[in-house]
Amino acid sequence: MPELSNDVASQRQGYWRKNLQYLAILLVIWFVVSYGCAILFVDYLDQWEMAGFNLGFWYAQQGAMYVFVVLIFVYVWLMNRLDRKFDVREDDEPSAAADTDAEVSS
Amino acid sequence: MMFAALSIKEWTAIIVLVTFALYIGIAWWSRAGSTGEFYVAAKSVSPWANGAATAADWMSAASFLSMAGIISFAGRDGCRYLMGWTGGYVLLALLLAPYLRKFGRFTVPDFVGERYYSQAARVVAVVCAIFVSFTYVAGQMRGVGVVFSRFLDVSVTLGVIIGMAIVLTYAVLGGMKGITYTQVAQYCVLIFAFMVPAIFISFTLTGNVIPQFGFGADLVSEPGVSLLEKLDGLHQDLGFEKFTSGKKSTVDMFCITAALMVGTAGLPHVIIRFFTVKKVRDARLSAGIALLFIALLYTTAPAVAAFARTNLLQEIPGKAYAELPTWFQTWENTDMLAWVDKDGDGKVKYGPGKPFEKKPKQLGETVRVGDKDVEKRGPHGQRLWANKLTGNDNELYIDRDIMVLANPEMAGLAPWVIALVAAGGLAAALSTAAGLLLVISTAISHDLMKKVIMPKINDKQELLFARLAAVVAVVVAGLFGIYPPGFVAEVVAFAFGLAASSFFPIIVLGIFWKRMNREGAIAGMVCGILFTGCYIIYFRFPQLVEFLGMTPLKDEASNWLWGISPEGIGTLGMVLNFAVAIIVSLSTAPPPEKIQHLVGSIRVPRG
Repeated sequence: MPELSNDVASQRQGYWRKNLQYLAILLVIWFVVSYGCAILFVDYLDQWEMAGFNLGFWYAQQGAMYVFVVLIFVYVWLMNRLDRKFDVREDDEPSAAADTDAEVSS
Repeated sequence: MMFAALSIKEWTAIIVLVTFALYIGIAWWSRAGSTGEFYVAAKSVSPWANGAATAADWMSAASFLSMAGIISFAGRDGCRYLMGWTGGYVLLALLLAPYLRKFGRFTVPDFVGERYYSQAARVVAVVCAIFVSFTYVAGQMRGVGVVFSRFLDVSVTLGVIIGMAIVLTYAVLGGMKGITYTQVAQYCVLIFAFMVPAIFISFTLTGNVIPQFGFGADLVSEPGVSLLEKLDGLHQDLGFEKFTSGKKSTVDMFCITAALMVGTAGLPHVIIRFFTVKKVRDARLSAGIALLFIALLYTTAPAVAAFARTNLLQEIPGKAYAELPTWFQTWENTDMLAWVDKDGDGKVKYGPGKPFEKKPKQLGETVRVGDKDVEKRGPHGQRLWANKLTGNDNELYIDRDIMVLANPEMAGLAPWVIALVAAGGLAAALSTAAGLLLVISTAISHDLMKKVIMPKINDKQELLFARLAAVVAVVVAGLFGIYPPGFVAEVVAFAFGLAASSFFPIIVLGIFWKRMNREGAIAGMVCGILFTGCYIIYFRFPQLVEFLGMTPLKDEASNWLWGISPEGIGTLGMVLNFAVAIIVSLSTAPPPEKIQHLVGSIRVPRG
């Protein structure tokens, strides 16, 4: 493993910090819709109705799952943007060799 | 119109044969030539194909056949399975998949072994991976046998053997590469088979073709009354709790959902799929696509549950036996429906509680009519059962799986739609079985043989070991399917609990905390597994507890730790694993420099 220059190291740190920020925000939303809306506060939310469903029931059997799907696609979009910004996107550049070592690694 | 005259059985035979020929054809086209192809499809799978393959890999016979049935009996509480088995993908996509893909090896034990620079940790991981996968695969082979016996009148044993032969052909021939492309085909078959009846039934009941919306819409037969109001009303009339209300305690719901989510993210056959794509960003994207494909079925399932429950409650309770629809007798023949006339009025009375003890067993007595022996029947022409009756008023036994299997018949759909359900159930079971068998075979050939026992073997020999291990695994799984150990249902809780309390914490810590070391990982895994395992054994295997000279407690809420059932205990096991791993890591030496660099490099896609 080659020693990293200070530039690369601080750039990596910036990338990682931003990544952790995104994770924190997305996981809070994940927790709130699933454990919050659909389990802890489900009976409270049931007092409202939406499209024929009690709201808490809808979160438990439909809404939480829709939010999960959206969360992953938002994460994909955020990270692809971040990869470009910090120039760590894997493409057909010479430095992307890390990918091809799988066949020989065993 | 030559097809118009075909029976359900003929349709089933045709559709099943066509799909099987398709799977074998794909396997031959995509057979593997190297260990790289066998283990990870040469890391050349597109994110869309991987998404579909992951969805099929993940959705088992249980998702396809049982889940809607479970929800139609559990009502709102069924959401623990819906969220538990989808929410884990968020954890997988955000916390595991991209980093494990960057790490770029073949298996989960591979990561554990390298990251924690320890053969002991690798072996513990191998044992966990094999145990989790076997508990899971046993149910799949049984599922194949059951679908065959229900729809094609062959014995369960023959059904399992046919299933084994099919899986053997494409898993042994094609490895991961063959499995991936057959799983893509299987996803298409199973989602089509699930959606078609759901759309028809949604339209018939509510006039809305999208089941997710029809679920909340008004009934065609009673304008102004929504389906869920109707269902709540039917439930209350019969003495049940409302369908849309919860019965389980909040703490148990919380823990079970968490254990299933974290367990999902820690299951090796799911994680391994993210090793097969070309790039880190493909791993992220394919997790999203996989969840999208899974959510298509999972958001439909609760709608199917409500439709089937409504149809059932409108058609059966209060009717005389002779007036019941014909599908009642059809499914009564398979012991999945049973009626006992407790009050002798000839009408079916349905309510809470079990009608009799254990699973239905036909009395099987005959009487002589003319010169023939015919089955002895009750005064209303009903079948007689040998089971001991319970004290409550309920007279009707309903197997939960029937809510999917018989749903198209209940709704009066065409024979080809009913046949599709059989093909879909087989696709779901076979695709999951194949994925699990691959985990078992790679854990043995790669992690045990190549990395621990015989490091000198070359690629060709390792590939041979992988194929042999797959053959042995299929045979063992088939035997489990033919002679199911009585504890299959109990061990499923085990599979998720173990995955949650063993792999997940140490993989996450391995990526997100550079200071995490070998001692912490081993201590964490061992404590997590021991705690979770002992708790489940204590409540679910009372004979074993007695054998060890202890007095078992009954498996009920008042005896559980903080009201957490054995199904949900994996959550506490996971917390314990995290805590122990962190404390032990901090009080022992940090990992070598080399490992800290490795962790640094898996955190970025390039470099």
